[in-house]
This record gives sequence, C-alpha cells and structure tokens, in this order.
Amino acid sequence: MTFELKKLPYDPTTLNPVVSPKTFEFHHGKHLQAYVNNLNNLKTGTKFENMDLISIIKESEGPIFNNAAQIFNHEFYFDQFAPSPKSKPEGALAAAIDAAFGSFDNFKKEFSAAAVSVFGSGWAWLVVNAAGTLEITKESNAGTPLTKNQKPLLTFDVWEHAYYIDFQNRRPDHVAALWDVIDWKVIESRF
Amino acid sequence: MKKILFLTSVLVVWQLSLTAQNFYEFKELPYSYSALEPYIDSTTMETHYAKHHKGYYNNFVKAMQEGNFDNKPLEQVIQNISSYSVFIRNNGGGYWNHEFFWNCMSPNKTQASNALTKAITDNFGSFENFKKEFSSAASTVFGSGWAWLIVTDSGKLKIVKTANQDNPLMDVVADKGTPILAIDVWEHAYYLKHKNLRAAYVENFWQVINWQFVSEKYADAVK
Ligand SMILES: [Fe+2]
Ligand SMILES: [Fe+2]
Repeated sequence: MTFELKKLPYDPTTLNPVVSPKTFEFHHGKHLQAYVNNLNNLKTGTKFENMDLISIIKESEGPIFNNAAQIFNHEFYFDQFAPSPKSKPEGALAAAIDAAFGSFDNFKKEFSAAAVSVFGSGWAWLVVNAAGTLEITKESNAGTPLTKNQKPLLTFDVWEHAYYIDFQNRRPDHVAALWDVIDWKVIESRF
Repeated sequence: MKKILFLTSVLVVWQLSLTAQNFYEFKELPYSYSALEPYIDSTTMETHYAKHHKGYYNNFVKAMQEGNFDNKPLEQVIQNISSYSVFIRNNGGGYWNHEFFWNCMSPNKTQASNALTKAITDNFGSFENFKKEFSSAASTVFGSGWAWLIVTDSGKLKIVKTANQDNPLMDVVADKGTPILAIDVWEHAYYLKHKNLRAAYVENFWQVINWQFVSEKYADAVK
C-alpha cells in the first residue's frame, strides 16, 4: 500500500489571511508530502508495508510512528477548515461542550490557552476521553489521541511551521485567528 | 568588628534588593543582525534574538523573581534544573542555549585550534566525517531541539541531541557533558529563509561557525 497526499477539501487561497496560500503551499505541499514520502520509504520491507495508517500508528514507534501519526494529524487538521464555516456547534456537541467547559466561549478560552502553552512542537486536541467526556489535551511532536483510547474531534497544529510564515513568533495571534476558519459542521460530524 | 558587621549587613541588603532582572543579564548580540548574511538573514536574526531569545529571558527572570530567585548564577541553575519548575527548565534553557548559540557564530573566518582539530580527527576519523555526523544529528532532531558537540567526563568529543530547550549541562538529560558547539534546529531558526528545508540551513551554519570560540570552550573543558 502506497500512501498519497490527501487533497484539501477547499481552495487553499480562500482562508487568507488566517492561513495564507503560502502557508498551505508549504504546510500541505511540503511538510505533509514529506511525511507521506518518508512513511512510504520507511515501511518498505517491514511488517508495516501493507498495514492501514491507523494500525501503523497504533503498532509502531520511532520514525515510522512519527511520520504515520503526522499524516493522520495533518489530514485531520486540514479537513476541519472552510472558507465559510459553521461558526459554532449545535445540538449534542454544543451540549457536551457546555457540560464539560461551562460555555462555548470558555471552551475556546481554555483550548487557546492549551494551544499557546504547548512548549516546542506539538498539537492541542479536543477529544472524547475513555470515560466518554470531552477533554482538552496537549501532545508534543507527533503525539496523537489515537494511541490513548481517545476520539479526536478538533486539533490545532502548533509546530512553528503552521504559523511562522503568517505570524512569526506570535503564536497567540495565530491561535486566536484560527477559530474564524474552523467549520463546526465537520467537528459535529466527528462527535 | 562593628565595621565588618555593618559592611556585611549592607552587602546582605544589597543582595536582597537585587532583582532577578538585574542579576541575570540579557547580553547584546556579539554582532549586528545582518552580520551573518547571506548565511543567516537579518530578519531571522532579529526575530530570533529580540523576540524568541528575549521571550525566554523575560519568562525566566519573571519566574525566578516570583519563586526561586536565590542569587544563583545561571549555569548553576541549569546544572541543578531538576530542582526547578518545568517552566524554568524551558525558559532558563532557552535563555542559556541562545546566548551560547550566538557565540558559536561569527562573521569572521576563524580556525579550530590544533588541539581541537586533533580531537575531532581522533574522535570522528576526519573533519569531513565529523561534519557529516553533526549535520546528520541536526537534521534528524524530530520536532524542536538542538544538536551539540560536547566534551564528556572522560574528555571525549561526542555529538548529542536534546529536545526543546534542554541542554547537556542539565542534570535531567541522558547525554551529559560540556557543550562546545550548538545548532538550534527549532523551525524558528530557519523558517523565514529556508521554510521546510532544514538541511539547507544546517549547511549554511558551517559557513559561520566561530571556531575560535569553539576552540576556547574545548580548551576550558579539557583543562
Ligand atoms: Fe504541521
Ligand atoms: Fe531558537
């Protein structure tokens, strides 16, 4: 099985200025493409050669895990944006967010704080944890909820490559802006 | 006797009134932002020094002032980092590492001392092979971190990697030693100029290494 670069479900020029076309050119076209190429090369001749991506992530470690998990994390990340997004959750997800975090605004505040405080490269996640409740988690490098019995719903990539072209060192500004392009229709469908 | 007591108390009061901000110095860059062009561009240098490095420094002195400040030199804090918070480990590391990193570079062409040249050849077979191994270490740090050339307790040269802002002086890291050369491979060190091409940044780094500084650090370490 050879993995391929998953296409973006929107025109990458339409999220400007939150995420610029230049950032997409590199983040999707270079970084994600490199993870795909690396995994295809690394798994050749190993027991992972014919495994699906999720199984590789759950059973591997080291460079194979890093590249496989980064493919999943990035596809999951890129899929959640839209140029005209649904701006807040409704129904069961909205109720679960209120139950766990008090309000949607407070959830956004806590999630932003988590994303800003990941030290080094990593990800902030909204997950359904093993107990069935919503939780905000932080992962470093290629860390992913898939290995922790958690169902991911939303993620912010806080590797510097995700925002350096558009915001340089100003990660808090990037995080604040990113809410404007999150499509809650997609997040609801993951719940 | 009274005089000595008086002087001692003056000294104590002076020390107590010293803030972490006054005690720990944010040193000037040893060259201008544009001095390492075209290998390191001036926008990167300015953002790296005035935003990232300054940010670590500010966070570190604030945290020390709020809890742990006891007039300990930075290097002592770093060597005993396990007795401090993760926040101080991250920001104190960022403060120390960047100051060291600036000194590892220079716009002037310098040469490694005979002693260092011999140690590199003895440990790595040849300078070319050392360069290959150090570049490979720098290129394969996954995520944010650093590659280092260190002198181990037994006086050998060794190439090691650390994650995030850890360094080989910290009591928490696996590969301890005295750093004599460092390269920052956080994406902020190269993204404006090289984007995803970390290897191109690493290659450029060889053009600006301050071999005089590295040689001095080596001489100190094996003394
Ligand atoms: Fe990324
Ligand atoms: Fe840096």
